[in-house]
Amino acid sequence: MVHEEAMEMSAPFFKFGMFGDSFSLLLAFLIGIGFGFALERAGFGSARKLMGQFYLTDLAVFKVMFTAIITAMLGVFYLGWIGFLDVSLVYLTPTYLLPQIIGGLILGIGFVIGGYCPGTACVAVSTARIDAISFLAGVIAGIFLFGEAFPLLEKFYNATPMGQVTLPGLLHVPYGLAVFVIVLIAVAGFAGATWVEKAMSGRKGA
Amino acid sequence: MNTDANLSGIENVPAREKAETASGPKPYSNPYVAGFGLGLVLLSAFVIMGRGLGASGAFSSLIAAGVNAVAPQHAAGNRFYAEYLGGGNQSPLLDWLVFEVIGVFAGGLISGALAGRIAKSIERGPSISKKWRIIFAFIGGALMGIGAKLARGCTSGQALTGGAMLNVGSWAFMMMVFAGAYASAWFMRRQWK
Repeated sequence: MVHEEAMEMSAPFFKFGMFGDSFSLLLAFLIGIGFGFALERAGFGSARKLMGQFYLTDLAVFKVMFTAIITAMLGVFYLGWIGFLDVSLVYLTPTYLLPQIIGGLILGIGFVIGGYCPGTACVAVSTARIDAISFLAGVIAGIFLFGEAFPLLEKFYNATPMGQVTLPGLLHVPYGLAVFVIVLIAVAGFAGATWVEKAMSGRKGA
Repeated sequence: MNTDANLSGIENVPAREKAETASGPKPYSNPYVAGFGLGLVLLSAFVIMGRGLGASGAFSSLIAAGVNAVAPQHAAGNRFYAEYLGGGNQSPLLDWLVFEVIGVFAGGLISGALAGRIAKSIERGPSISKKWRIIFAFIGGALMGIGAKLARGCTSGQALTGGAMLNVGSWAFMMMVFAGAYASAWFMRRQWK
């Protein structure tokens, strides 16, 4: 459908100067409340619930994460398509492939040893999980170690730079097609996840 | 208590609905409902701020501020700390992610209180001592801190935010998080099973 009049781009609001830095901090607090509320609702304040993902007894981590990703992805795509959101103004962390692969691997190992990730640990502390306090102390120690070792790590940290790059940009496919394929994969993943949960609970009952 | 129920009673919807009327902690939300809510929060951050969510970055600001307070010259000479200290004309704690993470604590508290899920406890499997669980939580947290900084973000800033923006590095990161977690799950089974 062709739009009679091109809509005035007005988002991201902050980038269009609709408010200043101080007000953005208040909004950060409010958005954080929504974030923490959603994580707690999902059950992510519980390390045992989170770990169900890796012992295949409860795949809520996958379901919640991918539902959130496709919701936000479809929203960004749609709001960009109707001309309301300037997608190019949404910050994209530059890709440094090798340190991100190794960092992801270390983080995944730390997830199963520690039971949380930084965001979920905050929610777990709010709901009085003592182990989450120890976990966050560990996060602080780990970042401090990283900071102190940074002069040694800096070369690797900046290795294999690819700039700000998206999957459709890398693969030379249209943005909408990439969105569509990821939705399909996610939906297949949800069906698969429920099948795995059923199979595992059947095994437990037998 | 409720965690045990949720680990074993997988997606047992009728049982959950019944439990709603009973006293004690309420069951968790349906994962798709919680995920949709989380997605809307993330989308609102994109639309309002032009950035996504985060968590580990707030702790980096906290550490940079701490190091700067104790040893300002040491902090200024380190490019990692310097990035979080900015120009130095305002406190590094007046940072978007710091305020967002304070909100995360508050949001978790509100949701947990409304559902009766605030209970002083240590999350662990039946065959690990409290002491070792606390030690493993610290070690895992430290690995998480190092991994998140190496990857320029954690599950929130990379996997969730970058995942929705179709960021190449974020998707590579996310695959590796799952790979690392599944690869180490067998070794850690005594902590959880």
